[in-house]
Amino acid sequence: MTTDMNADSYVTEDGRTIGPVVMDLKNITLRFGGVVAIKDISFDIREGEIRAIIGPNGAGKSSMLNVISGFYKPQEGEVWFRGSKRPPMRPYQVARQGLARTFQNIALFEGMTVLDNIMTGRLNKMNANLFQQAIWKGKAEREELENREACEKVIDFLEIQHIRKTPVGRLPYGLKKRVELARALAAEPSLLLLDEPMAGMNVEEKEDMSRFILDMNDEFGTTIALIEHDMGVVMDLSDRVVVMDYGKKIGDGTPDEVRNNQDVIDAYLGVSHD
Amino acid sequence: MFYREAGDFKTSYRDDNQTFPIRLDRAGYWIALFVAFCVIPFFVNDYWVNSIFAPFFIYAIAALGLNILTGYAGQVSLGTGGFMAVGAYACYKLMVAFPDINIVFHVLIAGGITAAVGVAFGLPSLRIKGFYLAVATLAAQFFLVWLFNKVAWFYNYSASGQINAPERSVFGIVVTGPNTEAWAKYMICLVFLVGVAWMARNLTRGMTGRKWMGIRDMDIAAEIIGVNPLMAKMSAFAVSSFFVGIAGALFFAVYLGAAEAGESFGITKSFLVLFMVIIGGLGSIFGSFAGAAFMVLMPVLLKNVLVGTMGWPTEIAAELEFIIVGGLIVIFLILEPHGLAQLWRLTKEKLRLWPFPH
Repeated sequence: MTTDMNADSYVTEDGRTIGPVVMDLKNITLRFGGVVAIKDISFDIREGEIRAIIGPNGAGKSSMLNVISGFYKPQEGEVWFRGSKRPPMRPYQVARQGLARTFQNIALFEGMTVLDNIMTGRLNKMNANLFQQAIWKGKAEREELENREACEKVIDFLEIQHIRKTPVGRLPYGLKKRVELARALAAEPSLLLLDEPMAGMNVEEKEDMSRFILDMNDEFGTTIALIEHDMGVVMDLSDRVVVMDYGKKIGDGTPDEVRNNQDVIDAYLGVSHD
Repeated sequence: MFYREAGDFKTSYRDDNQTFPIRLDRAGYWIALFVAFCVIPFFVNDYWVNSIFAPFFIYAIAALGLNILTGYAGQVSLGTGGFMAVGAYACYKLMVAFPDINIVFHVLIAGGITAAVGVAFGLPSLRIKGFYLAVATLAAQFFLVWLFNKVAWFYNYSASGQINAPERSVFGIVVTGPNTEAWAKYMICLVFLVGVAWMARNLTRGMTGRKWMGIRDMDIAAEIIGVNPLMAKMSAFAVSSFFVGIAGALFFAVYLGAAEAGESFGITKSFLVLFMVIIGGLGSIFGSFAGAAFMVLMPVLLKNVLVGTMGWPTEIAAELEFIIVGGLIVIFLILEPHGLAQLWRLTKEKLRLWPFPH
């Protein structure tokens, strides 16, 4: 079976429908003073797909994710989101457009309970004003209960019911990673960015996390862009892979295409200079 | 043995969200409210109100305000005294200018004015954090006190530079001025305290509170998941100053009756309220009460023990009081850096299992 990946939408071998382009990055260049972190990179992310960004350390992967989530402003290039060019905006405004992300070194709110952390993920769904919240009547209470129900679904999905009321500071690393994923998922994002979701995990935890990522994509149709170092995981999970090295894009395509790309092999295994 | 959640099944998220999830806690809360509203007012006299209840209630309001800013939103402030002065002077000007309007509204509007001033002085918090912000709020403290001393309009050009609370009443009961009865003083402070505590609890358990705590715990992550840092910090300054302003208005109008900015609302007041919040527990409503109670009651208790029971001379007792209270603060902070609220939390966790060790 051949699939035309340039079509508006197509069906993958395992039966998922990949839709049109959600996020289109055009000729992004990001500089920190004299250091060029990202050099003229273009790629797109399509609806419903799992898109991986890989590359050796310092390749500019995390910087790329920070550009997408609005934390860094690229000096050149355009970010197109759902068919329109994104004007310069603050990260919280980007989040309102439907982007959610997790962080390489966990960025949870340590002093709050798991439930409160996950509820914070839904802050764009709640708009009771300060006065309504102060008297806890009408809209404020209604929203709180509705969103609690939505959060409980995420909690069930990620199997963290038992730690609902535990302060995040007391949790072990693997669970924190899962809670962070829950917080991002609770926002019902149209694009979910995962920065090394499996860093520092053992095989069992990696398997759990992979299952959650696949299930998320399958059940909720969440579009996911992820950075990961474990090649086995990346090749198994993703539909398409972007490979970066020294801020440049050196490969882009299906896992099989990337695996056989000579530039990629050189970047990972090194090449003899004679 | 009796203090546990076993058998108390929650069948809705509303039940699960309530402030006191354990039955005994709920009962204790209602009993405390009943005693405070229906029993104590019939027994209080001037001594109890002036040395214990009024300062305790008013400082608890101020501590709740500061706890929202420092404990929940993580913005250190040393300007509490200055903001209390804004509440006091605003209340004074309103009382004099509009004598026909109920004093309750004056106090609330004074809180609103303080909220606006608090937001203005909170603007630097967008750029600076931690100790540097503390220094910026210290500037607010000195500026505000200087302003109320220098500009005679604020104290209506009175010769002494003091402001004096005129007699005002609520529902025909005098609550300010020298003719106020003890129970009326007690009641008005209590009503404001219960209202403020209820609002503080509602705000901190909802989305506003989560935004504040998000900014406190990790501001960059909070912004990336959608918290507008400007709105979160400004709302924290506004709500905090509103409460502190109410405390200042009551402190002047109901408790002191007459005030002078430098003396009543100096830097020591800022530190006193900050101590209450730290000793009570940052980020805890109960901690605000516990801290205020500790700082108000401990000196009174020591004085009674040293002078009353042991018969020491008053001057020596007064000096010793400072040493002992200071020592107790240090000891408490070493034993439990998270304050009385954490101590209470640990006690409750132990109680839940008692008489078994695990």
